[in-house]
Amino acid sequence: MSTAAAPNYELIQQDGLETNLLEVSMGPHHPSTHGVFRMDVKLDGETVVDLRPVFGYLHRNHEKLAENMSYLSSMPFTDRLDYFNSMTNNWAYALAAEKLIEVEVPERAEYLRVIMAELTRLVNHVTLIGFFINDLGALGTPLLYAFREREKILDLFEQASGARMMCNYFRFGGLRNDVPEGWLKRAGEVVDRFPYFLDEYEQLLCENEIILSRTQGVGNLPRELAISAGVTGPMLRASGVAYDLRKVDQYGIYDRFKFRVPYTEGDTGDCYDRFMIRVLEMRESIGILKQALAGISEGEIMGNAPRVFKPKPAESYGRIEGPKGELGFYLIADGTPKPYRYRVRPPSLINLTVLRDMCLGGKIADAVIILGSIDIVLGEVDR
Amino acid sequence: MSILGGGIFKGMAVTLRNFLGSYTNKKERLPTIDYSWRADGALPQGIGDYPKEKGEQLSDTTTVTEYSRNFPMLLHDGGEPMDTVRCVACQICERECPPQCIYIEKDYDENGKYIKRPAVFDIDVSVCMSCQICVEVCPFDAIVMNSQFELSTPDRFGGLLMRRDDLLKSNDYYHKIHPEEAAARDAKIAAEKAAKEAKKKAAAEKARAAAEKKATEAAKEDAK
Repeated sequence: MSTAAAPNYELIQQDGLETNLLEVSMGPHHPSTHGVFRMDVKLDGETVVDLRPVFGYLHRNHEKLAENMSYLSSMPFTDRLDYFNSMTNNWAYALAAEKLIEVEVPERAEYLRVIMAELTRLVNHVTLIGFFINDLGALGTPLLYAFREREKILDLFEQASGARMMCNYFRFGGLRNDVPEGWLKRAGEVVDRFPYFLDEYEQLLCENEIILSRTQGVGNLPRELAISAGVTGPMLRASGVAYDLRKVDQYGIYDRFKFRVPYTEGDTGDCYDRFMIRVLEMRESIGILKQALAGISEGEIMGNAPRVFKPKPAESYGRIEGPKGELGFYLIADGTPKPYRYRVRPPSLINLTVLRDMCLGGKIADAVIILGSIDIVLGEVDR
Repeated sequence: MSILGGGIFKGMAVTLRNFLGSYTNKKERLPTIDYSWRADGALPQGIGDYPKEKGEQLSDTTTVTEYSRNFPMLLHDGGEPMDTVRCVACQICERECPPQCIYIEKDYDENGKYIKRPAVFDIDVSVCMSCQICVEVCPFDAIVMNSQFELSTPDRFGGLLMRRDDLLKSNDYYHKIHPEEAAARDAKIAAEKAAKEAKKKAAAEKARAAAEKKATEAAKEDAK
């Protein structure tokens, strides 16, 4: 249980045994913490009694840096927030800035944006599942299977944008360049082949008894807690809330695509739910990708937007459904070429706030899985 | 739930299928890095046994993709590099560079008059993050991205600072590494030049017409 009461220590003391709580510092260089993240854990035997997350080791002053450079110049820095999902980070920032300068995005660019964002979702979920199984103790092999598929999509990114991970591809009012000739066909091939990989992966993992016994009923997150903590993305949907910004906001051209939002029935979600939601989401992403690749037409890819601009004093908030949750950029313009205030709403950080509630009362080995199922990237948590 | 330990057999079956499948179905099972989309001639040289020999570099024109970007270079139009360099040291890229890795000084002749070219143009390899913002903001098409990626050096102080003369590359080289992009850029420059000349011509004709009109009016005045 997530909110299990701490064991009664007085009883233990009465047995005549002297027991002490053991304080363990997990991290910051622990491989299961997905980067430089530390958990100060208080243990009673193997049971977690208290947990304090410590982060900030990767703080790079992202927001303050962005306030001292032009709007365009901080675009490459958004790649480095969540370095698995540079395309969606670009999109969220571009949305916020496009609201400031009120520029139209051409249709082809909108289609390419959707294609890139959904490919990014595949990359993120496939990597997460690989690492999640890695945390469970299956060292390496499933992760490499996942990375094999990821590499195909990263090749597509490299052909389109020139870089595998730090794509820096979106621009205010469109995209930096059109995709090279034959790219859409190659993307179609990758998308067509992806379900076979998913079948194989699901067959291997989804009913594996080790995974079932280690993840089911572990790290329960009740719906009320998820909503009140501001948790978003697959984590929220795993707790039984069908909330997806692609349906709610319909930013870009998401209203043109048919897709379903997977969520669990019931009012709590455990690690297995969070794992399965991502597998199901990948299936939906493939559906969106097929529709987008079929519907894309020739045309301009860049709207009539200036490279460097001075927006009128205003504020704007652009948000998208990133693979990890709601990623938002809040900008205040003051009439100069630089933003007066630049704020990121990182899904990783806000989803991480419920870590303590999910870990209390569980075993120390489960804390590792619970952290893995949250899906954090420290580049985004610390900024 | 199946029998205890059934997952192991399932997993081994997949491993075995991939192992045997890699001999029969290369396309579906084998690739980790997929080069099938690339023309045979454009395959990276020396793949598999890189680096071939100590000190040997991949060819200068190794291009991973058309849009691959690694490090900026300064373009000149052939001949003596500093005579035809496109950069006029306007310092826009220096201002816009997100990690602030460019340092530029303007060039002056002996009379202290500004000649439109850089005296110093340094880029720090260890700071540059290959983002291409300098290329996008340059109004003179003077700075573009090189795809040369073998930049490692045993000298971690001087070796990582690229000087102006290291950065200068000819437009022909640019055409070799990024043919489509270079052609598009040249077309854009030509169009801009033509538009500028047309504007100049129109302005000159307008001025001449005005002068003629003035002259005829003056003649009329004289006649009166």
